[in-house]
Amino acid sequence: MPEAPTDHRHDGDRPGGRPAPRGGEITYVAKNMRLDLRLIAEMVPPGATVLDIGCGDGTLLAHLSAEKGADARGIEIDMAQATQAVAAGLAVIQGDADHDLAFYPDGAFDYVVLSRTLQAVERPREVLRQMLRIGRHAIVSFPNFGHWLLRWQLLSKGRMPVTETWHREWYETPNIHPCTIRDFFDLCRLEGYEVVRWLAVDDRGLKAPWTRSPRLANLFGEQALFLLRRGRR
Amino acid sequence: MSAPVAPFPQVDHQRAVFADGLALDCGMAIAPLAVAYRTYGRLNAARSNAVLVCHALTGDQYVAEPHPLTGKPGWWESVVGPGKPLDTDRYFLICANVLGGCMGSTGPQEEMTDAAGRGLGRPWGTDFPNITIRDMVRAQKRLVEHLGIARLLAVVGGSMGGMQALEWAATFPETVFAAAPIATAAYHSAQNIAFHEVGRAAIHADPAWQGGRYWEAGGVPAQGLSVARMVAHITYLSEQALTRKFGRRLRGDTNPRGALTFLEDVFEVESYLRHQGSTFVRRFDANSYLTITRAMDYFDLAAERGGDLAAAFRGTPTRFFVASFSSDWLFPTAESRAIVRALNAAAANVSFVEITSDKGHDAFLLDEPDFHRALGGFLAGCADRLGV
Repeated sequence: MPEAPTDHRHDGDRPGGRPAPRGGEITYVAKNMRLDLRLIAEMVPPGATVLDIGCGDGTLLAHLSAEKGADARGIEIDMAQATQAVAAGLAVIQGDADHDLAFYPDGAFDYVVLSRTLQAVERPREVLRQMLRIGRHAIVSFPNFGHWLLRWQLLSKGRMPVTETWHREWYETPNIHPCTIRDFFDLCRLEGYEVVRWLAVDDRGLKAPWTRSPRLANLFGEQALFLLRRGRR
Repeated sequence: MSAPVAPFPQVDHQRAVFADGLALDCGMAIAPLAVAYRTYGRLNAARSNAVLVCHALTGDQYVAEPHPLTGKPGWWESVVGPGKPLDTDRYFLICANVLGGCMGSTGPQEEMTDAAGRGLGRPWGTDFPNITIRDMVRAQKRLVEHLGIARLLAVVGGSMGGMQALEWAATFPETVFAAAPIATAAYHSAQNIAFHEVGRAAIHADPAWQGGRYWEAGGVPAQGLSVARMVAHITYLSEQALTRKFGRRLRGDTNPRGALTFLEDVFEVESYLRHQGSTFVRRFDANSYLTITRAMDYFDLAAERGGDLAAAFRGTPTRFFVASFSSDWLFPTAESRAIVRALNAAAANVSFVEITSDKGHDAFLLDEPDFHRALGGFLAGCADRLGV
């Protein structure tokens, strides 16, 4: 399958994961920060405790620490990136979402962030459970496999889609669990997670205006971003 | 082997002496307490830039200057100095010879004292009490207070020094803003105890050991201590490092054709180890070696907390930097990861990296740019936060 950049993890040639949005369509939270990271940063209130899973070189952590006075920590699977983050004075450990979350105590963080990594973990459902166990909120971003271009390519060519976002062949991709926006809504319902906010962005980096229709967002949204809260049951 | 080897010469070390002594974990007290130390850099006016470096089993306080006995460069000159990760232009570095050591701190080689602190005219030898890593840390604490420092910016150490860094954070959390345990573990493994025991057995088996009272005959158990060092030195390296350095090369000068001989060093690696062993006995005391290896073996931070390592750090204000090296089989990455997971469980602020290196345990002492960058960056981040 072609690939969506899994956070920063397997995408050495494109450290930002995706090209910078063209034009000045969106409000810049921070220069040179990946779009979804900027949107995530907007969701985190000042002074929060944050765990960023798949934090890469720590761009988001550095921003949250400096701009929001957050107590921000990270986990990164890639040793070179983890070392770079630590060398920048950030509290980052080398580890991975599937194996290291279990060791954190309940409610240790206000926000647990997983950006563009969910589709690449071994057990996404378990990772989400852990996120909402150790954090009061979870912020999850993922590339939407329901985007119209992917659907069209599969329909017209009968082959796994290859796009800018999903660019690695099916036999090489680390993205073993792709899902659509509607799939993700279903999982949240199944697990009893409250969707506090959600949004989709198109391939130009614009916030998609389809927040009232998950079906439209699922067709035109290239990336999805969810803010979840543990359910009350 | 037959000629007795004389003890290494005594030199003067910079020391702080505490007449009231130190109460030890074993229940005994030792008085007076002497702590030999060196400092580098300058303590700032706020006294907030002090970094304590803890040395490993056979290290000492001569971190970044020529050793007074061997004349060799300091053991961590790659890390400590102006502009280096432990930047002496920015930080005030302290390193103390551990309690039980043989470079001027109270230890088996120093004069034995009675309960009132009176000298008995003979060395402690094997009568030196059993000490623990925590006893070493308490002795260091006395020195730090003596130097007028209420809180250390960081405690940094590799191997046994890492055990001390962990113990500092567990015992005196308010005194340690940051701790950097490197290439270490929260307890000494059965395999590591086993290697230590081989070393101790070699010392005991040396006729010159004299039941530990070797000073009476004016000699030292050089053969036994040398073998102990040889065994230990293997554990500090890795197979790749030994292969890279020596391979299967024969010693060309003595044995040009590689003819079979069992009477002398045949392979280069053998003469290397012998050299390591024979130089070691010129700077280290056998009874110190026995005392300190025991202290390492006893070390188990979780044991006295019902096996829960996280309990040692719950609510800790200390920031941690944990680092391991991929080819270190003496203190493998898994043990560092266990520390990290316990710190995560304690909701502590922790950074962790495993450095890719083929140099084995010794990598923490060697030129490892990624390690130096990470350690330096961590420390600089802590210093920035404290406004140092």
